[in-house]
This record gives sequence, structure tokens and C-alpha cells, in this order.
Amino acid sequence: MKTKELLITPIFKNNPIALQVLGVCSALAVTVNLAVTLVMCAAVIAVAAFSNLFVSMVREHIPSNIRIIVQMTIIASLVIVVDQVLKAVAYDMSRQLSVFVALIITNCIIMGRAEAFAMNNKPIPSLLDGIGNGLGYSVVLVAVATFRELLGSGTLLNYTILRPVTEGGWYEPNGLFILPPSAFFLIGFFIWGLRVWKKEQVEEPDFKIAPNTKPQEA
Amino acid sequence: MASKDTVKKTITVTILLCLVCSVVVSATAVLLRPMQIANQELDVKRNILAAVGLLDAQRGIEEIFQERVVSRVVDLRTGEYTDAITVEEYNQSRIARDRATSTGLSRAEDVAGIQRRENYAIVYLVEDLDGEVEAIVLPVRGYGLWSTMWGFLALDADASTVRGLSFFEHGETPGLGGEIENPRWQARWEGKQVYDDQGEVAISVIKGSVDPDAPGAQHRVDGLSGATLTARGVHNMMQFWLGERGFKPYLMSRKEEA
Repeated sequence: MKTKELLITPIFKNNPIALQVLGVCSALAVTVNLAVTLVMCAAVIAVAAFSNLFVSMVREHIPSNIRIIVQMTIIASLVIVVDQVLKAVAYDMSRQLSVFVALIITNCIIMGRAEAFAMNNKPIPSLLDGIGNGLGYSVVLVAVATFRELLGSGTLLNYTILRPVTEGGWYEPNGLFILPPSAFFLIGFFIWGLRVWKKEQVEEPDFKIAPNTKPQEA
Repeated sequence: MASKDTVKKTITVTILLCLVCSVVVSATAVLLRPMQIANQELDVKRNILAAVGLLDAQRGIEEIFQERVVSRVVDLRTGEYTDAITVEEYNQSRIARDRATSTGLSRAEDVAGIQRRENYAIVYLVEDLDGEVEAIVLPVRGYGLWSTMWGFLALDADASTVRGLSFFEHGETPGLGGEIENPRWQARWEGKQVYDDQGEVAISVIKGSVDPDAPGAQHRVDGLSGATLTARGVHNMMQFWLGERGFKPYLMSRKEEA
């Protein structure tokens, strides 16, 4: 596959959250505030890219019976490194992200790409695939966080856009958007919009409802 | 391809991978340590100022701290200031671990779940612009549901009225126990009396919300819904640190002075 394709495909055509429905847990947890979300996205892109790169570099040597553990070790080490860096350079952010940086270890997108792509491809395409999937994850998160922060707190990147009534403005903040369930609705709308635009993503229904039959007279 | 599945290869790969990963992880941790410590110290100062309500977005934390806050070491056994150890060489975790400088707590005494209590603690005296002490900030800690919660309790100069409360480190559930960080909850502590007229510890975190007209409302603080055990942890922490084994001897002597 071409470089551009590797980077662009996961953003809309094969989005890890919208189509594969992976990594939704963190999409609910860290999208209250756009600034925090951007840091989380950067962390996930970095981990996805480098875990793919390193897994791909050693893929010829990984015994297949312990390959998942090997991938986990690489991913976990990278996450710890990212966590340590955040604590050193962006202390406030790392406190707001609390456990969610460490939980990148269990993000299915990263493990999924390591197993599905990096184990069978050369290092450079793997790196690009990691970045692409990280970007795909980020697109959804940023979209969700934009709505949640704007409607939930009336701010964007902590700048007041809609002045809330508590500060003498007119906007009544919508409490639902502060809470994680709102991300479910937003991701649902995102998937809906994406599938209206890209019809090929619509899945075949598992069951077909039979056409309505006339009620039989008793 | 079958060759990479031998036992020998599996063990070699495992050992090499672990070695490489551990070197990378430890190197990052060690190299970034000084920056992280600097961040933590600044955060502690920020929380001391937050507990007193002195945070000012216009001015730097270090600047306000320099101007308004005096740190003193208190001997918790006597409640007096001490020169046995200076603020600069004070290291809380080392002092609390060393048997020579800490006191083991019996099960009945150890309501906060901290096992050993250091004999020396730093208190932060906040002075007004004339140099009079207007607030006393005490470091407090105690076990919640998952973790030890570290925070600061700020009292007015009368050594009994709560000025503010803040937490700078804990591992409670975000959104439930983690609400101890919520400024709105912390604001409910303001103006509460920690001691009753007899000088006994009276502050308590109750379940549900406080009826402001009920007798004793000045000693009670709302609990946190969905976080009963964390709220109980905060309650126990206050009982311990304001009690005989905590800062009570010190606070009583401050009260006499005031």
C-alpha cells in the first residue's frame, strides 16, 4: 500500500472507532475537555506508531506462541515512557488524564494493529499504519470533545465561547455532555453520518424482519 | 519458520525483550525524575495556596508563596516548634519510615490507616500583609477506598475554623471518590468548626447532606454520593490528624496564644 493510503484510510474509510468499534472506552472517558483530549490523542498516536514500528522490527524473531505477550511488553513499556514524559513536561495534563494514559496499554486499537498489521508488514509501513490509526482515533475523539466541551461547559480549549449563566451569561450548560454517556450518543451520530456518506460501511443485518403479514382471523 | 518456535528461542527472545524494555523504562524514569519532582513541589505549593484561597492567576505561585507563607517544623509529640530538623532537610517519606523519627500506631489509634506517624511535620503559616498569622495549613493524609489521600487542611488563626481543604494526590475512582478534588465539595468545608466547646474533635463527614438548621451543623460536612468509603476515609483522616496523635497538641498551644 502507498504511504498516503496507509495514513488516510484509517481516518474515514476504515476508522478504528467508527467501523471497527475499538477503543471506545477511552473515547468516553477523556473527551470532557478538548485540551485534555488532544494530549491523549498525541499519546495514543505516539504509542500506536512506535509499538507498530518495534513489533514489526522484531516480527521475524517473535515465537508465535508468546507473540501476544511480546506485543504487550513492548506496548506497556512505551506507555510507561509516554506517561513518564507527560508527568515531566505536562504535569497538569497528566493529572487530569490520571489513569487513562496507563490504560492505553489495554486500548484494543494498538494491540489490534500490532497483531493484524505489524506482525506481517515491514517497519516503515507499520509505522505509518500506526500513525494512521492513531489519527483515525483522534478524529473521532476531537469531534466528540468539541461538542462535549462546547455544550457541556460553554468553552473550547478553556476559552469561553458560550458564556454560561453561572458567570452572568445566557447559556445554560447541558449537564449531560459533562457525563460519559453523552459520548455514546455523539459517537453514534458520528457513525451514522459516516455511513450515510460512505454507504459501503453499512453492514448487512444479521436478521431480516419478515414482511408484514395480515393478521389471521381467529 | 518452525525454528523460531523452539524452547531455546522462546526463552532467549523473552529474556532479551525484557532486558531491553526494562532498560528503556528505567532510563526514562531516572532521567525525567528531577523534572517530575520539580513539578510535584510546585503542585504541593499550589495546593497549600489553594487550601487557603490565595491562588492568584496574575501572580506566580512561587512569588505568593515566598511573600506570604512561612514553613515551620513541629514536633508532633509535644506540639512545639522544633529545630531538631530544618525545613530544607525535611523529607516526609524518610522520616515516616525511620523508626527513630516516627511512632508506630496501634490498630485503635490508626484510624487513618497510615501505620507509622512521623514525629515531625511541616506546618505552613500564612501571614497577612502585616506579618500576622492568618491561617495555619496542616498536611494531612489517610487511606480512602483504594489509596492514601494526601492533602492540606487550612485553619484560621483561631486553630478551629476551617479555611479550606485541598487534595494533591490520591488514587480514588475518578468521578466518584475523585470528587474530593471538586472545588464545590471542598467549599462546603469552609467555616466549619473542627473542635467543639470541650476541645474534642467534632468535625465529621456525614452520609447525605447537612441540614443547616440542625444542632451541630457547624461540625458536619456533606458526604459524597457514590463514594461512601472515600468520604469515610476523609472523615477518619480528620479524626486522626486533629486528634491527640496528630496536630491537637500543636493546635491547642496555638489557640492559647491566639
